[in-house]
Amino acid sequence: MDIIFYLILSSCNSRKFAPTKSLLHPRKSLIYCEHMNNLDRRNFLKTAAIGAASLTLGSASVKAADKTLSDDRIGILVDTTACAGCRHCEWACRTAHGLPAGELEDYSDNSVFKKYRRPDNNALTAVNEFENEKNPLMPVYVKTQCMHCEKPACVSACIVGALTKNEDGSVTWSDDKCIGCRYCMVACQFQIPTYEWHKSIDPHIMKCDLCAERRSKGQLPACVEICPNEALLFGKRSEVIKAAKNKIKRKPDTYINHIYGEHEVGGTSIMYISGEKFEKLKMPQLGTATAPGISEAIQHGIFAYFVPPVTLFALLGTMMWVTKWKKTNGNGDPKEDQPDDKDKKL
Amino acid sequence: MKALPVKKNFFTLGVFILIVLAVNGLAFLAIRFYSGLGAVTNLDNQTPWGLWIGVDVAAGVALAAGGFTSAALAHVLHRDSYHAIVRPALLTAMLGYTFVAFAVCIDIGRFYYIWHPLIMWNGNSALFEVGICVMIYMTVLYIEFLPIVTERFIGKVNLPGALAAFNKPAETVLKVLDKGLAKTMFVFIIAGVVLSTLHQSSLGTLMVIAGQKMHPLWQTPVLPLLFLLSAIAVGFPMIIFESLIASRSFKLKPEMKILSNLGSMTLPLLGIYLAFKLGDMFIRETFFYVSRFDYTAWMFIAETGLLLIAFLMLLSKKTSQTPGSLFTAASLVIAGVLLNRFNNFITAYRPFYDTVTYYPSIGEISVTIGCIALLVLIYRFVVIYFPVISHEK
Repeated sequence: MDIIFYLILSSCNSRKFAPTKSLLHPRKSLIYCEHMNNLDRRNFLKTAAIGAASLTLGSASVKAADKTLSDDRIGILVDTTACAGCRHCEWACRTAHGLPAGELEDYSDNSVFKKYRRPDNNALTAVNEFENEKNPLMPVYVKTQCMHCEKPACVSACIVGALTKNEDGSVTWSDDKCIGCRYCMVACQFQIPTYEWHKSIDPHIMKCDLCAERRSKGQLPACVEICPNEALLFGKRSEVIKAAKNKIKRKPDTYINHIYGEHEVGGTSIMYISGEKFEKLKMPQLGTATAPGISEAIQHGIFAYFVPPVTLFALLGTMMWVTKWKKTNGNGDPKEDQPDDKDKKL
Repeated sequence: MKALPVKKNFFTLGVFILIVLAVNGLAFLAIRFYSGLGAVTNLDNQTPWGLWIGVDVAAGVALAAGGFTSAALAHVLHRDSYHAIVRPALLTAMLGYTFVAFAVCIDIGRFYYIWHPLIMWNGNSALFEVGICVMIYMTVLYIEFLPIVTERFIGKVNLPGALAAFNKPAETVLKVLDKGLAKTMFVFIIAGVVLSTLHQSSLGTLMVIAGQKMHPLWQTPVLPLLFLLSAIAVGFPMIIFESLIASRSFKLKPEMKILSNLGSMTLPLLGIYLAFKLGDMFIRETFFYVSRFDYTAWMFIAETGLLLIAFLMLLSKKTSQTPGSLFTAASLVIAGVLLNRFNNFITAYRPFYDTVTYYPSIGEISVTIGCIALLVLIYRFVVIYFPVISHEK
């Protein structure tokens, strides 16, 4: 295992980059994965407590979510200049998730690159080929999968909270809660969650879970483990960003000065560096505002502690009473009359 | 004039056509439940929501707005002359929301988990808010409808055979229920209006999270307000529309006095909506997208055009006076709001990696039409057996 890690890190190839102990030692760096079951509850309580503040609950809950994220949370750097398009990660991913994978040899067939492919319910990751303008003989390969956003839109959108942003940074889906409404697919800016359209009973939302099962056993994500070209660097998010900056600094001619995912939609766990502009690699151009955007602020603005609805109720009640009172010209006691036969006629 | 059951035969040629349409929809529905959503719909991983959410749910909720706007007018503002239209509007709202709930049931992949939002909460989710509000509001609508049921049966309870012994207790139960409802109804009426404003607007919040996947002609932070205003604007036209159709179908005299008043009230409500919609576009400088004259732009022009024509028609006072032109204006508003919901959820949704452009499948269209046919059939059944429509004996 340590050998694999050494290989991964050696891709950084930098004397300045001193990997921390936790990076070299997967078990150690992953220990925190095991004691985060209560995150949901804590997150909820924190959000609720902060909610007392005011209408600004939207921005407050962003802070609350950040706090529950571990400082050691996972990051993966995809170095598109190192990827050779062998698609071994696709095979490993399918195998690890019990999806029909076929033989590894079949993945050397390059004809699949003719068509742009997206991850789907049978393949949680997909590699695509792009033209390299600097060197046409060396195409650029880009692996696509869930970005595991720091503040994910899918988690914010899910009607029943079936999607969870875990302390370790991964975003996972819960079979026990999901009602199959597919609002997560509407919300995701990277269009990652997919759905099992041809199942009537128990259709799943399928997306990369950062190999939660493998990591609970102390293993690396399947794609990271199998990558023969050291294109995937796995470690703490903060360390991975440092490594990426270092790579760019050392080879300014190879890389453009942009780590995709460092700031996009408030940051993502999976980040990319490349020699090409990211829009040429069909990566969506997104701002630095968090993915749920203003929808949470609107939502909490309308509801703010149930004050607006209750106020409206009181206002309408008063109107009902006043119009009624005007009708009776102030004769008698309108308060007692209120629920009289006029309402009964409804 | 009093609300009375309409003395007509249930079956006519039109009813048979509706039954055929409903059965056709149900047949496609059977396939959906047997083989999954992919077998009947054109939905895919790029376009997760289609006709059933855009029209059956979103437009369904908007077009059921007559329920809360008429309740606000007749009960909260105590305009007693409008009581005649409250019951038909209430029935439409009740059936409309039932139809919305049914549409949600068929659209969600794990329909057997439809109850999950009741115990699994996510306060950040606009959809959660819509779901809970719609559930509570539907209950409120059924409660508001109960007095019509008690009125129908009080003094007429006649259970068959051995059950006849229960006639008296049933009578008592109905009377107690009727009295209790009469005393507390104002709570439900106000709650109905509050719940409606909440979820009508939250329905607009739904698509805000789609961010730049939604076309800028529709994507705006004020979407919740626009949804609420357009729902309020379409409430009265919907009442006019169905009242005129019911009068014609049952050969009753249309209540033109009330309906023309509703027509004139639609003018300012529609004006406010259009002012906000066009004002927002002006502020965000999105008129530029209209000048492209592509498919999306034309859909926008159609939607706005329908509402603008209705607005211009209603400017003339004569429009509200004659049934024909009033019906045309009301239909235009309904079509405009319907198209607006369709556009918001389907036309505007243009995701970055859209490999296949979505258009509704025959199956989706059949199910939607089948559901509407079923709704009309139930409406007809209810007005024949219950005192809903006000008319001379």
